[in-house]
Amino acid sequence: MSEAVIEVRGLTKRFGDKTVVDGLDMRVEKGQIYGFLGPNGSGKTTSIRMLCGLLTPDAGQGRCLGMDILTQAQRIKRRVGYMTQRFSWYEDLSIAENLRFAARLYGVPNVAQRVDQALDDLGLSARRQQLAGSLSGGWKQRLALAASLLHSPDLLLLDEPTAGVDPQARREFWEHIHDLTEAGITVLVSTHYMDEAERCHRLAYISAGRLLVEGTPQQVLDHVGLQTIVVEGASAAQRQSLAALEGVEQAVVFGTAVHLSGSNAERMGHSVGRYADQQRLRWQRVQASLEDAFIHLMQSQRGAGPNRSASTQAGAARGR
Amino acid sequence: MVYKEFIQMRRDRLTFAMMVGIPLLQLTLFGYAINTDPRQLPTAALISDDSPFARRFLAALQTSDYFQLGDRLDNAAQADRVLALGQAQFVVQIPSGFERELLRGERPQLLILADATDPSATGSALAALAELPNRLLAEQMRGPLAAYAPQAPPFDLVIQRRYNPEGLTEHNIVPGLMGVILTMTMIMMTAVAVTRERERGTMENLLATPVRPLEVMLGKILPYVGVAYVQVTLVVLAAMWLFAVPVRGSLALLYAAVGIFVLANLAVGVFFSTLARNQLQAMQMTFFFFLPSLLLSGFMFPFRGMPNWAQAIGELLPLTHFLRIVRGIMLKGNQAAEIFAHLPPLLVFTALALALGVLRFRRTLD
Ligand SMILES: Nc1ncnc2c1ncn2[C@@H]1O[C@H](COP(=O)(O)OP(=O)(O)O)[C@@H](O)[C@H]1O
Ligand SMILES: [Mg+2]
Repeated sequence: MSEAVIEVRGLTKRFGDKTVVDGLDMRVEKGQIYGFLGPNGSGKTTSIRMLCGLLTPDAGQGRCLGMDILTQAQRIKRRVGYMTQRFSWYEDLSIAENLRFAARLYGVPNVAQRVDQALDDLGLSARRQQLAGSLSGGWKQRLALAASLLHSPDLLLLDEPTAGVDPQARREFWEHIHDLTEAGITVLVSTHYMDEAERCHRLAYISAGRLLVEGTPQQVLDHVGLQTIVVEGASAAQRQSLAALEGVEQAVVFGTAVHLSGSNAERMGHSVGRYADQQRLRWQRVQASLEDAFIHLMQSQRGAGPNRSASTQAGAARGR
Repeated sequence: MVYKEFIQMRRDRLTFAMMVGIPLLQLTLFGYAINTDPRQLPTAALISDDSPFARRFLAALQTSDYFQLGDRLDNAAQADRVLALGQAQFVVQIPSGFERELLRGERPQLLILADATDPSATGSALAALAELPNRLLAEQMRGPLAAYAPQAPPFDLVIQRRYNPEGLTEHNIVPGLMGVILTMTMIMMTAVAVTRERERGTMENLLATPVRPLEVMLGKILPYVGVAYVQVTLVVLAAMWLFAVPVRGSLALLYAAVGIFVLANLAVGVFFSTLARNQLQAMQMTFFFFLPSLLLSGFMFPFRGMPNWAQAIGELLPLTHFLRIVRGIMLKGNQAAEIFAHLPPLLVFTALALALGVLRFRRTLD
């Protein structure tokens, strides 16, 4: 097992009487891209804030970059780059001014040189004098990333970095992230995009503050154990009938196709196959996507409550 | 549209409370606290002639309701001191041999020293004083002595209006304005500036860097200390050149006192910023603090004209003490020793506000 960059146990945070993060265990190894998934309000941002010392956990302990998150937050901050969920640089300062300010906050030596280099690396040089407030989402995101990298951190915490960014910029962003991990940086990234989840080395899925599944994307899929059947060209009425068939737990429309998923492959295959053949619809088994898996998790979580999450957490531990 | 506006107003509890609170506050302050005809003003007596006449005169002062006789003083230096410190509004001085000279018809002088920094505080008392000798004599020379009752009083009542002999209101207002301007701008600017960082999410960024919360806070407020000194300099220059207000004491002393006062206000601003959820709330809180400061500090209305509860609140406000300091330095020529007497309450306030501001500020995200 290689070196752990983040290792926390039982991390808990309460706001008032609401437990926002509930006994979170997590281990992230050096050089990994670790995806952090979960519906809105599930506690991703709160967890990330506890990791970098912005919030004090109410319970739990852990180490980040080998330092105690409870007592050494100040030292952790020096070696962590944190990109907040919301753009949080100064809209009334130019790109270069923002970067210079960030460099000084971290006490980076040779500020001017470091800022020029950062501008070059991220292709911001031509816009250096532009006010941050006038930038589009993609450029703001580049600026925020550049700012969080100025002090050459060992760990990057990215909180929904690509929300509201166009696909082209997202792709470039992820290429950049991959380059960084090649260079030895560890990345923890929260996201709602499944294509991004697929690019991560490992994933954690949390819901209502509890960790439900953890592992490589394949392990997550195996754990959820979902089967998917794609049926082409069904009408609205047929789709409704399909969704009501035995073993079908979830039906999602993708253009002209409908994806039917269920955890009991045999039962679903049997009923769907019979109905589709009857109605002369084309159908085929495919591998369940992460998206299907997560929607399944979300729905089963909503229906089942704590018992179920306990059993899946045990499953997660086995998945490692 | 109107309906939506009302719903939003109700959701924003604090704003709603302020909208009700500010008029209530105004009503209370204007209605109950303010009195432009102050009575029971503290008066010290320097009596070198302990005669029946002197006692009668003092008793008459007391019954006039405008004067509240306090300390007996022993010498002129003490008289200067109680006035310089603002402990007494008036000093009555009856020279030795007063009654003897009076009976000989030598028209002795009876001296009233008034702290006239705020002309409106002394105005009606001095007017009442002018009436006093006649009434007093009419009373005393009754019966067999009535024949001797003179047309005009047989002594001269000399009133010495100290510090502001011409009774110019601007001499009182302009130095006071310095404190008012500082209170308003310092609290509002810090409260809004810090709240803006939080509202825009940039505070989270700052706190995620190795810069300590205390450093963030100091970095936020230090520029305003510079702003404050620019404002003070402007007011001093305007006071001297436009309004011909004297600067009798040391400017260095004034600037030092400004430092403490500014710190007190900046700390209040930081504290408000930790309570306010948006810039509007920060502004409202500033106003909520500013209003009593303006009305109860003795800036607009004589401090001693207010009922006790209002004076008690006034004593808590930093502006009240700063006004005494700035008027003391500019008009009375107070020295460091006299200024120190006004410092303890200001220092206590500053320390408390700073502690509260820092403590709450450190927990910004929690
Ligand atoms: N400072 C706070 N005070 C009170 N509640 C909070 C605070 N921060 C977050 N929450 C609540 O905690 C829950 C989790 O929030 P968050 O960690 O931001 O979730 P996510 O990032 O997964 O969307 C939400 O219900 C949110 O309202
Ligand atoms: Mg979030």
